[in-house]
Amino acid sequence: MTIPTRMAAVLAALMLALGVAACGGDDEEDAGTTQAQTTEEATKDVSGTVSTMAIWSGPEQEAFRAVLDGFEKKYPGVKARYDSAGDQLPTVLSTAVEGGKPPDVAIVGQPGLVEQFQAKDALKPIDFIKDTVEQDFGEDWVKVGTVDGKLYGLLFKAANKSTVWFNTQVFEDAGVEPPEDWQGFLDNAQTLTQAGTPAYSLGGADGWTLTDLFENIYLRTAGPEKYDQLAEHEIPWTDESVIKALEEMKKVTGDRQNIAGGTRGALQTEFPTSVSQVFGDPPKAAQVIEGDFVAGVITAETKAKPQQDFDVFAFPSIEGGPENAVVGGGDTAIMFSDSPASRALMEYLATPEAAEIWARRGGFASGNKNLDANVYPDEITRKTAGALGEAETFRFDMSDLAPAEFGATPGKGEWKILQDFLSNGDVQKTAQALERAAKRAYEK
Amino acid sequence: MSGSGNVAAVPPEGEHRTLWRRHGTAAVFLLPALVLLGLWVVYPAIYTIVRSFFGKDGFAEFVGIDNYEALFTDDGLITAIKNNAIWVAVVPALVTAIGLIFAVLLERVRWSVAFKTAVFMPMAISAFAAGVIWRITLEEDPDRGVVNAGISAVADAFDPPGPLPRALPSQRDAMEGSPQRGFTLREPVRPGGVAVLGLTGIPPRNVPEDAQQAERPPPEPGSVAGVVWRDFSPGGGRPGVVERGERGIPGVTVELRTPGGGTRTAETDAKGTFRFAGLKEGGAYRVGIGKATFAQSASGPSWLGEKLIVPSLLIAYIWIWAGFAMVVIGAGLSSMPRDVLEAARTEGATEWQVFRRVTVPLLAPVLSVVFITMVINVLKVFDIVLSLAPGSVQDDATVIAVSMWRTSFGGVNDFGLGSAIAVFLFVLVIPVLALNVKRFRSEQ
Repeated sequence: MTIPTRMAAVLAALMLALGVAACGGDDEEDAGTTQAQTTEEATKDVSGTVSTMAIWSGPEQEAFRAVLDGFEKKYPGVKARYDSAGDQLPTVLSTAVEGGKPPDVAIVGQPGLVEQFQAKDALKPIDFIKDTVEQDFGEDWVKVGTVDGKLYGLLFKAANKSTVWFNTQVFEDAGVEPPEDWQGFLDNAQTLTQAGTPAYSLGGADGWTLTDLFENIYLRTAGPEKYDQLAEHEIPWTDESVIKALEEMKKVTGDRQNIAGGTRGALQTEFPTSVSQVFGDPPKAAQVIEGDFVAGVITAETKAKPQQDFDVFAFPSIEGGPENAVVGGGDTAIMFSDSPASRALMEYLATPEAAEIWARRGGFASGNKNLDANVYPDEITRKTAGALGEAETFRFDMSDLAPAEFGATPGKGEWKILQDFLSNGDVQKTAQALERAAKRAYEK
Repeated sequence: MSGSGNVAAVPPEGEHRTLWRRHGTAAVFLLPALVLLGLWVVYPAIYTIVRSFFGKDGFAEFVGIDNYEALFTDDGLITAIKNNAIWVAVVPALVTAIGLIFAVLLERVRWSVAFKTAVFMPMAISAFAAGVIWRITLEEDPDRGVVNAGISAVADAFDPPGPLPRALPSQRDAMEGSPQRGFTLREPVRPGGVAVLGLTGIPPRNVPEDAQQAERPPPEPGSVAGVVWRDFSPGGGRPGVVERGERGIPGVTVELRTPGGGTRTAETDAKGTFRFAGLKEGGAYRVGIGKATFAQSASGPSWLGEKLIVPSLLIAYIWIWAGFAMVVIGAGLSSMPRDVLEAARTEGATEWQVFRRVTVPLLAPVLSVVFITMVINVLKVFDIVLSLAPGSVQDDATVIAVSMWRTSFGGVNDFGLGSAIAVFLFVLVIPVLALNVKRFRSEQ
């Protein structure tokens, strides 16, 4: 992000604040326009303008603009405007809401913002697309966007955090294949170390890589219901299910011989290094467990070529847990004004055709089951993004849902305690420390 | 500041005008500074003090001295206070001492300007950047951190690493020992027997180029034969069995311990085979590989680990500020009356006595300026901690200012507690400031 784009973002915000009032007039209740009735005819009837705002700039902005062009083509009577707020989106939006002139639709990366705006009564429910989301995405995607029993958010651009990236040459030398399940994954690790390369590269200096690993295991051992309860802190972190997940996690983090640099080295390894050391020469480890954004780091920091040098498999399922489970994140579309044009846009964003426009350009994933995975530009994205559409269980990254003090602060809460767990391996002590920290953070 | 000595020269008839001129001009000149000070210092200070008696959610909730209680009960904050105490105890004294030594010694050296520039150079770097530099320099992995690269290069020169670090026996129960002691076959071998020494954990690139397909040598009466090879086929293979594609490891020193207590050695050939001939029939021989083969490259201390992070920070900080101390003390030194030194020397004082009894007492005011400046600097130390300490030890490295920032903005978002920490820091600095002001006065 350069200074000029930031300035542009601020200017854009100012212009929005002045300009949005103009299109706030057509608030006529149009209860009849439900999804089922949006036929060719109905789309021509909608008219007005809709303003949108998100973090995207540069190529991402172009891609979203293309989506909006598709929208304007389908609804010839509507004009759609986009303003990039850059990294300052939360601040810009909060200020705009405070001033009473938010954009009609915004797409935000922080689930906490959705709740925050809903609590301020700034959001309009989008229950009119609830059935579509439930059918085309799945029940879990409705849940992710629901606050107080009403649907407010549509996870338009999703991210898959249940992926494992591996060095194909190391796998080939060791004669191992991407595993079918957790046991296969652990067996692979033993074979890999026998072949001479540590199995795991952990970016332990960044606490979030460890929370992501824990969440993937927890969703698969405890199941989605417990996952939701733990995310809300309705069950304590000393619960049997947490102990069990930590014990499974220890099979990876406690396998010191099998971690590049040992646990001490891992605690000093930041996420980018944890990726590049797997694909460097010589490789220091065979695989790295992190989300779909790893692909970007590999191509930026190493010379590895997709499929030829690196590849990806889904985080394996654990016996007795859900199959095809995905922990993810992403950008949620929310609606601040209830006009026919805004509704039309929300409806459009939930369609596979909207997703397809951006998906073809790359750097995008959708949970829409009706989106043909073949539209993704390469095999790697087809795997990571396709898994989102196929996911039977989808959950938002738990630490992102927790208060930041517990889930997102270096040297504190979950990050720090799981780093300690990496070095001491004490399951009981870790669970108790997590519970103490969670209690304090959720109380406030 | 009293520069009113020339006022008396003004004629008495213009007394009113002079009074105005005197105070009015002063006021006009002071006004901008006063306004700015009030706006940026006095108002925020008072606001912070008031804010520290309220809870997390603004002025809604008066909590009395709860925040101050938390200050001395929260583990993280206690660590911060402890660390700051260490900083104050170590850094000002060392910086002053090192600065003094540099200043005195460099007075007598040719090329002193070049040395001075080198020592002063770190002052030109921002503390944050200096932290990044030391962060990379002190990495534990010798491939990344230059300090440990040096340490391991020196250590390896004296105690060279073996050809097969990380290697382990393929059949754990057939061999005893450890990489530190070497591995020996559990079962003694009798003449006419074959010793099978399979190893795993060897990356393919560590097998010498001239290695050939391993071969189990035929038994021969009166001698012990055997093979050392990379006992790994893709997928794992059968441990202890020489399979197609598994290569022997040439150049490994195999040890044979005779029943009489002697030791013989033999070296493996390209196929990994070795042979001890001319042995006494019926004796039980122990066959193994010595520890030298498995010796790992020396790794150096974990500078950025939880135990050494505070010393590492202190070293980096002293590196930055020693130059400042040197320049200030050097200036004091050059303005010192030389004749006193000469007199002392003529009286027969040794150089040490001159330094101890004349130079240091005469420099005392300058030394105390450096010392006090450093105490204040160190109490407020912030950026270097943030940039040098990896996320996993941020809580071990934390100091008061970092805790204040993290509590207020960097995740916890508790402005009440954050303000309390700020006030505490302020209270700590006051006595030092008072001392400084007193010193200024006495100098005038």
